[in-house]
Amino acid sequence: MEFAELIKTPRADNVVLHRPFYLAVEGTLCLTGHHLIFSSRRQDNAEELWLLHSNIDSIEKRFVGSLGTIIIKCKDLRIIQLDIPGMEECLNIASSIEALSTLDSVTLMYPFFYRPMFEIIEDGWRSFLPDQEFELLSSVTDEWRLSCINKEFSVCPSYPPVVIVPKSIDDEALRKVAMFRHGSRFPVLSYYHKKNGMVMMRSSQPLTGTNGRRCKEDEKLINATLRPGKRGYIIDTRSLNVAQQARAKGGGFEQEAHYPQWRRIHKCIERCESLIKLVEACNDQSHNMDRWLSKLEASNWLTHIKEILTAACLAAQCIDREGASVLVHGTEGTDSTLQVTSLAQIILDPRCRTIRGFESLVVREWLQAGHPFQQRCAQSAYSNSKQKWEAPVFLLFLDCVWQILRQFPCSFEFNEQFLIMLFEHAYASQFGTFLGNNENERSKLKLLQKTMSLWSWVNRSEELCKFQNPLFEANSLVIWPSVAPQSLQLWEGVFLRWNRPSKFLDEAHEEMISIIKYNKELQAKVNALRRQLAEMETDDRMQENL
Amino acid sequence: LEFILTTRQEQVKLLDRFSTSNKSLTGTLYLTATHLLFIDSSQRETWILHHHIAAVEKLPLTTSGCPLVIQCKNFRIVHFVVPRERDCHDIYNSLLQLSRTAKYEELYAFSYNPKQNESEQVKGWQLIDLAEEYKRMGVPNSNWQLSDANRDYKICETYPKELYVPRTASKPIIVGSSKFRSKGRFPVLSYYHKNKEAAICRCSQPLSGFSARCLEDEHMLQAISKANPSNRYMYVMDTRPKLNAMANRAAGKGYENEDNYSNIRFQFVGIENIHVMRSSLQKLLEVSGTKGLSVNDFLSGLENSGWLRHIKAVLDAAVFLVKAIAVESASVLVHCSDGWDRTSQVCSLGALLLDSYYRTIRGFMVLIEKDWISFGHKFSDRCCQLDGDPKEISPVFTQFLESVWNLTEQFPQAFEYNEAFLLQIHEHVHSCQFGNFLGNCQKEREELKLKEKTYSLWPFLLDEQKRYQNPLYNPDFSPELTLLEPNTVSFNFKFWRNMYHQFDRSMHPRQSVFNLIMNMSEQNKQLEQDIKELEVPIIATAVFIVLF
Repeated sequence: MEFAELIKTPRADNVVLHRPFYLAVEGTLCLTGHHLIFSSRRQDNAEELWLLHSNIDSIEKRFVGSLGTIIIKCKDLRIIQLDIPGMEECLNIASSIEALSTLDSVTLMYPFFYRPMFEIIEDGWRSFLPDQEFELLSSVTDEWRLSCINKEFSVCPSYPPVVIVPKSIDDEALRKVAMFRHGSRFPVLSYYHKKNGMVMMRSSQPLTGTNGRRCKEDEKLINATLRPGKRGYIIDTRSLNVAQQARAKGGGFEQEAHYPQWRRIHKCIERCESLIKLVEACNDQSHNMDRWLSKLEASNWLTHIKEILTAACLAAQCIDREGASVLVHGTEGTDSTLQVTSLAQIILDPRCRTIRGFESLVVREWLQAGHPFQQRCAQSAYSNSKQKWEAPVFLLFLDCVWQILRQFPCSFEFNEQFLIMLFEHAYASQFGTFLGNNENERSKLKLLQKTMSLWSWVNRSEELCKFQNPLFEANSLVIWPSVAPQSLQLWEGVFLRWNRPSKFLDEAHEEMISIIKYNKELQAKVNALRRQLAEMETDDRMQENL
Repeated sequence: LEFILTTRQEQVKLLDRFSTSNKSLTGTLYLTATHLLFIDSSQRETWILHHHIAAVEKLPLTTSGCPLVIQCKNFRIVHFVVPRERDCHDIYNSLLQLSRTAKYEELYAFSYNPKQNESEQVKGWQLIDLAEEYKRMGVPNSNWQLSDANRDYKICETYPKELYVPRTASKPIIVGSSKFRSKGRFPVLSYYHKNKEAAICRCSQPLSGFSARCLEDEHMLQAISKANPSNRYMYVMDTRPKLNAMANRAAGKGYENEDNYSNIRFQFVGIENIHVMRSSLQKLLEVSGTKGLSVNDFLSGLENSGWLRHIKAVLDAAVFLVKAIAVESASVLVHCSDGWDRTSQVCSLGALLLDSYYRTIRGFMVLIEKDWISFGHKFSDRCCQLDGDPKEISPVFTQFLESVWNLTEQFPQAFEYNEAFLLQIHEHVHSCQFGNFLGNCQKEREELKLKEKTYSLWPFLLDEQKRYQNPLYNPDFSPELTLLEPNTVSFNFKFWRNMYHQFDRSMHPRQSVFNLIMNMSEQNKQLEQDIKELEVPIIATAVFIVLF
């Protein structure tokens, strides 16, 4: 086994583990192929820490005499420190961790070795199949069809094998449209609004180039989604300027002349590196107020949140209020496009606010839609060498969902923990769900056969109960979040999670849950008593009648 | 009433100040002697007390009419559009007159009639008894006694009559010390910590100039030190920035020279003065009132206003004070310049962190009565109850409430009261509907005969205390006299949306977990009652069956 070569010192004793807000503990450190394991030897209160190597974002080492210290910074933003006696041991361990946390082959990752210790009731790989989704759709409309044009991933490498397209457009036309769109991501159905039959589609930018190329089939395809005499909206997630510049590189945007029934709106969602700055600001407890606020501002994180939410609200508004269909795209259609289409669905569709509905949304709009998870989530906030393809796109999406959840705390079946869990698993996981960049890669990796799906684990009642929101009451309405800066907040559950003791907040949360539980119990009891009393009264009456 | 040029105006539009679409409600605007009332077409009423109006502004005429913007002290901002300019002008002038009051007797509290009889009124005023409160703390005792030195407000006009001082501080020492302190506000007891036998004392700055000394004052501080058997040194906290305190020396004021006082540890804590606070709030409101605000403009505006920095400074000072008492068992003397603004903030927050009683509804009333009302925080001037010097206005009490709110956010189970309670108190500090906050000091209140002519707020709040109860409150959270240790790292301080945007509905979560839990907790009590009642006949029948 290759891992053994990487582990020069598999075990070290008398290691001291430091974590913020906990007392330091002494114990034994073990390295395995995929985990760093620390266990304290205290009899009374044995503690264990299991850390996936793939969760490690960066490590630093320091020496004072022969005492070495390793500082491990994780992708879930936690920072721990290990004091390891012995220079050689420390160096060995550090280099092993470095090597094991940066394996370049996906097939060496833990999901390929993980054997579940739980009984699989439902195979998560089969929980959300496109056919099921289409069945739901065809029960309300017959204007759409499933196309298998991409069966071998031959038309669009980042699309799933089957996609939903207008019925009136045949596969031949689709092939032409694919040639006209960046990365062949031709417009496909993202969401159908049952209330008024309006739709949201997504694609990548059209390849108009500088000489204004056009594609009749492309025009026909998106026009097929319009009701007679109605206009639609194209939401371009780039600024007009950026969209215009894209023409020089062969990209571009839909010209009014060729798409007269569509109104194009540019809602700029910039992709820039703000996570590192934000986490830096949150991790420094010594900042005075001015410095903290200016760092928070400089990170631009909340600005991004506002941009994304604003664009999603706009898309939802066009569909629900204006009764118009919408096409969303940016450049590649794999990042900001998906943020907008998935958030718009959370605003519009109550189903997406349930646990299963949200899982299905993540599968459809992120995994199947080809968001390159492996590239985007390769590193998180602590990496020294940031590659240009790394970006916290999915975390931004989850943060936006959290903002809406905060504003509508009773309208979601899941709680904040559920979102945090998804964040963790997107960056490091024992499950195969977030491996690979698209369905094509996943099928080549044979994830279905070789790894376990996250959903197989999550959707068991033992786990589900941790993620359920006790306040949930199904709300069939469209929910419009406020995007005013005063209404947006730093997601403390993620960004301050390791930076402050949360005991009091956790206890208060438990108290809240116990009040809700008690309420349900009391109501059940009152109902039971009422029934008993009613029965007794009928018994009495029957006896009287006798 | 002679100010009201127009009492009723139809076809007035009320605009939403943050809505991007120019939606508005049309309705009728009424002016009464005490309120402005707007009733929209769906019969919803908006009441604005004239005393709440901080500013009225008439904007340039537009095609739809003449805009009138009213800013209130409770941070409500309403934007009316009156069809005709002349009518708008009349309303504007009426409001200007109505919102300005020259005499206390014209304030709402003197005409407000809540249908209480005289004995209820008297009882209401007796609800909070400060002598009782000092007894609860364990005073008087062998080290501390009640002094009658200020019986006729002779020594200090702005102090209450009943003052607690060390037993060893004789009358000449008190008199001497008071002459050496700004406005005669000599060191007196604010809070006594039974277990530690340590005290929070308060006063104003010494008139030390560059070198003046006062033996009586030095004795006074020594007496305070000696009244604490568990620690021989005491802290003197000057809550001002050092620079300000030094500048005061040129005016014959200043701060204690450590060489002249035995066993004191002197400390500046750097809270800014009322003028800085006033302009800080002004900046904050300018930012938060901007339409279509971007996140970065909001954050940089928040930073530039300095508002959260000031809140943090106040809380940091309280934490410093509390540590001296809880960790070192040392007594602390707190002062600023006059000892009625920053000193009130720090003393009351310190006591709140030390003593869980002040985290109960009634205890909070007591705290406000003690450290704010009785010790002469100038509510009238600071809240601009009468038309007066605008430079005296300052949101010092608002900052205190905000600091408490920050604590409730960090310790959701430690407080019996909720945010609504803090907001309601804030509302009434400015409403002038009750007598409690009128005037600047006790002497003035006595002269106004407030206890006969007006009503006390507290019984009304207690009557509706269900609304102010925190459903998550756990009385065992911190047993008596255990310390609350807040985390004052910057990221813990948040913009208080429910205060500054209380009336801007579109900004708040559409569903409130807090209200839901509050209702549920209330409903649980009812259900428990229902179960008891339902069980009676069932048990009776069961007994009947067993017996026969």
